[in-house]
Amino acid sequence: MEAEAQTGGARVSGAAATEPLLQLDHCTLRFGGLTAVSDLNLAIGEQDLVGLIGPNGAGKTTVFNLITGVYCPTEGSIRYRGVSIAGKKPYQITAHGVARTFQNSRLFPSLSVFDNVRMAFHLHLAHGVRHSLWRGRGFLRAEKEIASQVMEMLDIFHLGKLRDAPANSLPYGDQRRLEIVRALATRPSLLLLDEPAAGMNPTEKVALMKLIEFVEQKYRISILLVEHDMQVVMGICRRIIVLDYGVKIAEGAPGEVRANPKVIQAYLGRDHT
Amino acid sequence: MNRLTTALLAWPKAVLLGCLLGSLGFWLISDRINPYYMDVLTKIGINVILAVSLNLINGYTGQFSLGHAGFMAVGAYAAAAVTMFAGPKFLALAPAAWLQPATDGLFLGALLIGGLAAALAGILVGAPSLRLKGDYLAIVTLGFGEIIRVIFRNIDSLGGALGLNGIPPYTNIFWVLAVASICTYVVVTMVHSTYGRGFIAVRDDEVAAQAMGLNTTRYKIVAFVVGAFFAGMAGGLYGHYTLSIDPKGFDFMRSIEIVVMVILGGMGNTAGVIAAAVLLTLLPEFLRPFEKYRMIFYSLLLIILMLTRPQGLFSWKRRPKPAVRA
Repeated sequence: MEAEAQTGGARVSGAAATEPLLQLDHCTLRFGGLTAVSDLNLAIGEQDLVGLIGPNGAGKTTVFNLITGVYCPTEGSIRYRGVSIAGKKPYQITAHGVARTFQNSRLFPSLSVFDNVRMAFHLHLAHGVRHSLWRGRGFLRAEKEIASQVMEMLDIFHLGKLRDAPANSLPYGDQRRLEIVRALATRPSLLLLDEPAAGMNPTEKVALMKLIEFVEQKYRISILLVEHDMQVVMGICRRIIVLDYGVKIAEGAPGEVRANPKVIQAYLGRDHT
Repeated sequence: MNRLTTALLAWPKAVLLGCLLGSLGFWLISDRINPYYMDVLTKIGINVILAVSLNLINGYTGQFSLGHAGFMAVGAYAAAAVTMFAGPKFLALAPAAWLQPATDGLFLGALLIGGLAAALAGILVGAPSLRLKGDYLAIVTLGFGEIIRVIFRNIDSLGGALGLNGIPPYTNIFWVLAVASICTYVVVTMVHSTYGRGFIAVRDDEVAAQAMGLNTTRYKIVAFVVGAFFAGMAGGLYGHYTLSIDPKGFDFMRSIEIVVMVILGGMGNTAGVIAAAVLLTLLPEFLRPFEKYRMIFYSLLLIILMLTRPQGLFSWKRRPKPAVRA
């Protein structure tokens, strides 16, 4: 039941069914003389699991920052469910249904695990300053409702026992998991994961892959994954986009991409034997 | 949450009402108390308002402001202007029997106008300077405090460098304790809600807060406006207590005193900040024989504090321990 409520946003399709969820059209981003992203076309459909890979400095995180409103594209358009989101502020884009995690985990260190997730419910809050001052019945009911939803989410991701621990005291793997939970709590229909496997050991990576697949199936959302780790990307993504120097050099199923000579040259080095 | 907030949040409105009634009761018996103690208590109350309201800006929202005395000055001058210039005309209209309620109403109105004027100043300073962070914001707010002082020194109708004298003595212990209670209530209830935890999120990680859909600029402005409002009220109370205000009374050192209370109490810990405000108001009283060395003592205290208890003297929160030990 909870899952259905969470995916409420994702199931609203119908009329715009033919249009992809997210579409980047001829996006270019220049910093002075440097072209970080060049003429990028990218489309993500409903319930898609796409990997964005490329060598260091290829512009993967920059693409993330374009989508989430940290940067505004110099040229081109970014449309989400047919609405242009280029140039909007990050918090507005989150309200549209795009949530993200960060390359270096960015939890709220002084808040507990519970409050970290509770923060994300802010977006769907019906009350504000006045209600929190008056603390009437409606306010208390809403707070209780939020608390039970947070607890439910924490339990789903096995963080329930750690609810009162300060977020920065968690082991690394749990911190990354918590970040994903927190992003999910904003009820997105598109989740952007920025190098979720960075710094993980092989066991943690396998757990992460399972987690991402679980999230995708349970919440029926689209996921765009920036990742360095080929094992993870090849393992779970249905489609892979390869960037090099801000240019898309390949796109396709994991098998195709792996065999693409351009990709091999750019990503894995020279001819590979 | 510590004990104070737990108790307050269980029956918030009842606690507030109790505090207001308590303030009233205390005022009724205040004649029997040594005037010197009453003087110290009034100063404590005013400092509590200042420290708790600054704690919302500096402690919870993490916007280091050094301009609190500036907001206080705006409130003090605005409230004094109301009671001195508009007051006599207003009271002349009231029938003799209604003089006392009219005076109380006038003073309440003056305090609110003082608070609103300071809140307006909060928007004026807050909005443009919120692109700045940390040290840069501190410098801008410091500059604001000084500019306010210079402006008041140059307005002749407000007494210029001599300041305003002959402000009516409306402040009594009831008003001070009542405003302190309301200020504490507002800050504590606001911060302990899903909405208000946004202030802490802005402090902890602004980028992540935005990614969670928080309009961080709005939060910062709300913090500045609410903080400035209560600083303005405190200014009004201060003016109607000392009966004369001059720009020198709201200088940089005053701001620093309030910042010290917030740091000493533990940034973002209301109970601790109140305790620190009480302690730091009492200290000079105990140090009266060595008043010259008060600032040296202050500085020493700060240095020792920062070295030994960076989380604040009265912060009961334990340092985060690793959840799993290796």
